[in-house]
Amino acid sequence: MPALLKRLGQVLGWMPAGFFGGIEVPDRKLTAHEPIRECPVPDVLILPMKQHIGEQCHPCVHIGDHVLKGQKIAATEGYMAAPVHAPVAGKVVKIEEHRIAHPSGLGLPCIFIEPDGSDGEHRYEPWADWETRDPAELRERVRECGIVGLGGAVFPTFIKLVRDQHHPINTLILNGIECEPYLTTDHRLMLEHADEIVRGLSILRYMVGARECVIAIEDNKQDAVEVMRQAVVRASLTGVRVIAMPTRYPQGSEKQLIESITGKQVPAGKLPVHIGVLCQNVATARAVYHAIEHGRALTERVVTVSGEAMPRPGNLRIPFGAPVRFVLAQCGLEDLDGVHVLHGGPMMGERLRSVDVPVVKATNGLLALHEEQIHGLNAEEQPCIHCGHCGEVCPIRLVPNLLADHCRNDAFERAEAYQLFDCIECGCCSYVCPSSIPLVHYFRYGKGQLAQIRRAETFAEESRRRSEARERRLAREREAKQARRRARKASTPAQAEDGEG
Amino acid sequence: MHVLIAVASLGGFALIAGLLLSLAQKKFRVEGDPMVEKIDAVLPQTQCGQCGYPGCKPYAEAVARGEADINHCVPGGERTMHQLADLMGVEPKPLAEEPTAPMVAFIREDDCIGCTLCIKACPVDAIVGAPKQYHTVIADYCTGCTLCVEPCPVDCIDMLLKPELIEHWAWPLPETERARIGRERKGSHARAA
Repeated sequence: MPALLKRLGQVLGWMPAGFFGGIEVPDRKLTAHEPIRECPVPDVLILPMKQHIGEQCHPCVHIGDHVLKGQKIAATEGYMAAPVHAPVAGKVVKIEEHRIAHPSGLGLPCIFIEPDGSDGEHRYEPWADWETRDPAELRERVRECGIVGLGGAVFPTFIKLVRDQHHPINTLILNGIECEPYLTTDHRLMLEHADEIVRGLSILRYMVGARECVIAIEDNKQDAVEVMRQAVVRASLTGVRVIAMPTRYPQGSEKQLIESITGKQVPAGKLPVHIGVLCQNVATARAVYHAIEHGRALTERVVTVSGEAMPRPGNLRIPFGAPVRFVLAQCGLEDLDGVHVLHGGPMMGERLRSVDVPVVKATNGLLALHEEQIHGLNAEEQPCIHCGHCGEVCPIRLVPNLLADHCRNDAFERAEAYQLFDCIECGCCSYVCPSSIPLVHYFRYGKGQLAQIRRAETFAEESRRRSEARERRLAREREAKQARRRARKASTPAQAEDGEG
Repeated sequence: MHVLIAVASLGGFALIAGLLLSLAQKKFRVEGDPMVEKIDAVLPQTQCGQCGYPGCKPYAEAVARGEADINHCVPGGERTMHQLADLMGVEPKPLAEEPTAPMVAFIREDDCIGCTLCIKACPVDAIVGAPKQYHTVIADYCTGCTLCVEPCPVDCIDMLLKPELIEHWAWPLPETERARIGRERKGSHARAA
């Protein structure tokens, strides 16, 4: 009977519908009660030319230039890109490749800025009157300010903020789920800057013309739910619901959250906009508010610096480009012996090979863990016993054990037929696997190999095209030469006779 | 009488069927050898000639005729060899030569005399330049075939390792015992067959 009531509630929309699969993870929010504190400015800031999904930016300043805080230092060329701004006033000391937080350990071109301690700041014109402006104008500002999704996916925000007649947006979802263990940045932002987030929500809503707004927060953050409810009341907004969702990982993933709230699934290969939904992180909404009402570019973010091996965990407001080693030292961690540092949350983050990498727009957490806290770190992969747990927890309803087999055996086409590319790499399957199979690692291997195969195929196709064009050109030239020779032959005998005669 | 009807009707059917067949042959006529096209499609199109044939198409034709073995495409490596084995219905073979790391040609412009010989040699039009002007390689188009190195009279073309781009980086297999065993089995299968 309670199940029936629950189902009825879900159908009628009184209750969140929930999403398929997922797992319960220990939340370990060590820093939930630590107010956001300011991180000091390091001696040098290292700003990679790509901190988003999409195309790389190009430096628009030169070595030796003096830059202001918030001044654009790298511009975009392609559509899918977000510019980079100087987080502090200072001098550009060098522009060269530097290692970034990436599993490959490879680097990207970076701009190095030495702060000069001055407080010169560049700001765009503040628009308190945004309600009277064209949404396209606001969108351009969001783009210019380098705003990307701050939940961790770093997708350029302006791309999502379109009014499309074919796909009107009905529901705007503000994502305050933060389902990854340890991370508390969104939680603290909601507690400390609820009004700014709600202002950001109003701007986003105006831009896309959404009728209904939902602020979704997991029920392990009841205080944030309360604070956000009060903020919505203070702002006297209508059509905005603040809902507490049952805690379950990976609810914070965009597609899972949409399924959870609306009961609708985003089709494979489509975007939320195709089912009339826009999803934005709470921190992104706040960044949009700063960009529009204060003309401030995105130059800093709140990062949870936590973990059992962190002496003084906390939530730090860190300027982009601050070296991770410097940030860890601010929290009392200097001896990194036997400590694993994670970039991001424990489920989806990456273990850093080196801490000499900068904090970027994607950095939502920096965790220092002891070896014993890392699940299955030294476990040896056993044969699959076909228990089916991975399939039960997969929020995309894939068949992880088969997928992993195909990837391991280099049967990539078959893995693709099993929808390898729909995998969101949430790590639920690896987490529950009793045979300690590193499933997600196999999927990443498979995706990478497939991408390389596709690239090689495209390259071969282009090479073929060029080579065939060259063959045709050479044939044409040969033809023309022969024609000239024939013409010469036809005219020379006559001349020869003339000469002889 | 019955015999005549039988002969006439069967003969009529035969005539109609024959007409249909001849029409179908005209209409669905296949130009060229589809096998050559299929083989050419899986070759990497570097036109490098490392297989002993003057390009990918000639190698594809030789394989289709059964003259060339399936294991001579050096840049294609294991994957191409397996695809060719599938297409030809033969067992995979060990590669005739170990595949090399992807390369790209680079012209030292200080030494270039602008003779255009490398431009003429490039099978994919990846070198730009004009007589008595510096030449340069369009790195994104270069297949690393090394055909331009030999003709250069002043030896100003270097073959460099293709730089590793962070966007093109791919995850390696997990370093577990099972992944390693699988890898070895695959390798030995290709070598033993």
